[in-house]
Amino acid sequence: MNSDKVIEINHLSYDYPDGTPALRDIDLVVYRNESIAILGPNGAGKSTLLYHLNGTLIGDGKVTILGLLIEKKNLKEIRKRVGLVFQNPEDQLFCPTVFDDVAFGPLNMGLDEERVRHRVEKALEMVGLKGFEGRSVHHLSEGEKKRVALATVLAMDSEILVFDEPTDNLDPTGSRTLIERIRLIPQTKVIVTHHLSVVVDLCERAVLLRGGRKAEDLPIRELLKNRDLLEQFGFDADFAQWMFERNVKFQSSNEI
Amino acid sequence: MKHAFLDHHSSTESIVHHLDARAKIIVFFTFILIGVSSPPTSFLLFGFLALVLIAIALSAKLPLGHLVKKVLIILPFLFVVAISIPFVKKDGVGGGYNFGFGGLSVSQSGLWILWNVVIKSSLGVFSIILLSSTTSFPQLVKGMERLGSPKIFTILASFMYRYSFILIDEMQRMKRARDARCFGGRWFWQLRIIGHMVGTLFLRSFHRGERVYQAMLSRGYNGTMPGTTGGRLGLGEILFLSLSPIFIFLRVYFR
Repeated sequence: MNSDKVIEINHLSYDYPDGTPALRDIDLVVYRNESIAILGPNGAGKSTLLYHLNGTLIGDGKVTILGLLIEKKNLKEIRKRVGLVFQNPEDQLFCPTVFDDVAFGPLNMGLDEERVRHRVEKALEMVGLKGFEGRSVHHLSEGEKKRVALATVLAMDSEILVFDEPTDNLDPTGSRTLIERIRLIPQTKVIVTHHLSVVVDLCERAVLLRGGRKAEDLPIRELLKNRDLLEQFGFDADFAQWMFERNVKFQSSNEI
Repeated sequence: MKHAFLDHHSSTESIVHHLDARAKIIVFFTFILIGVSSPPTSFLLFGFLALVLIAIALSAKLPLGHLVKKVLIILPFLFVVAISIPFVKKDGVGGGYNFGFGGLSVSQSGLWILWNVVIKSSLGVFSIILLSSTTSFPQLVKGMERLGSPKIFTILASFMYRYSFILIDEMQRMKRARDARCFGGRWFWQLRIIGHMVGTLFLRSFHRGERVYQAMLSRGYNGTMPGTTGGRLGLGEILFLSLSPIFIFLRVYFR
């Protein structure tokens, strides 16, 4: 791992407009090409934290993305570089056809048509939906919608990808397909999820939030071994143990 | 849930479906204009227009049942005209019924008006059905936009298209949840519940609008909707477009 910091958060706090505290004094550093999971119970502030990564929300404290401080004048540049995949694809996909939706980001970036077409094609190929350009979004299955949502962000060629519960609402096959697709993406990834399997398959490090504060920040292998911590957060420790062994085996067989 | 009530059959594969939406919009627009502006006596022109529609329907491989079913929607309107107009005008008597206790006569000009309404509305409705069955809604909107329709309208139309389905789904889910909890009781009570549902639907849509806007901002939205220009008009489109001047010529010639 290199020491190139792509995300740096210092003392970030945020209150919702009605005064409810959402985040308290968060510190976090993410390095280039790292893949981290953000875990925690509902209402712990996971999504709120995500929305700070591209300036959708701006709280108290310092958030630096690829050396750019999050403030009004940098937002355009930051949004080019941080791709946010929303939890609900119905929110993310607002155009009548798949092509229009995937082309939306690149067109806003001012690319010429030739390059936009090329990017759309490449992005759809990456999510395994080549040939879906002309389809209406409301005719797609939930899994396909999620993959198109991913493509809309891939087409922007962002350096950091941020996912809000990517496998939410998907059946096992759909969820597996999506995980495989996300795994192939080389960029830096920040993933909010409730599923240990997603964490194990995609991430190297986990950040655990509770009540808007950072509770832990540790490598996945250590998280899977730490029964107390897992149980505190409501995860199935036996399943984690099994995942840990499977993952260990997987990695050792890779080394042979 | 899947819906296709707006542009049924628009994803069938055929020559007509593959034509650029702009060509189809222009041709069907002139078609309607010519059809509506012709005097009711131009039988040849009407015959020709009907033949053109049938030819388009056949080459678009549209099922006859679907077309007939859609054309039937004009029946109630025709019925109103049919029962009133022939009896209103009191010039030449075109014919009559004898019910034994009294006669009922039908005026000649009334019959002409009826014929006029029947032929023009069926041709008009038939052509619109052909247009919407061979062109998907997004293509139609894009075609309008490229023909110079103000962007604000086309953007509104495409958002409406995208989110109407979601709104309908949401409403159905709410109705199901309501019925699952034994909805019933007095009408006043029902009205209250329905009021709440409408309110909830509004709030949900409002919040969704907010989230969609965030999603747009996240992908660099800056107030203007970007668009691609799309393909050029090919030989097929030009051939199809040549129908327009033919209509105009016939309209002028067969006066």
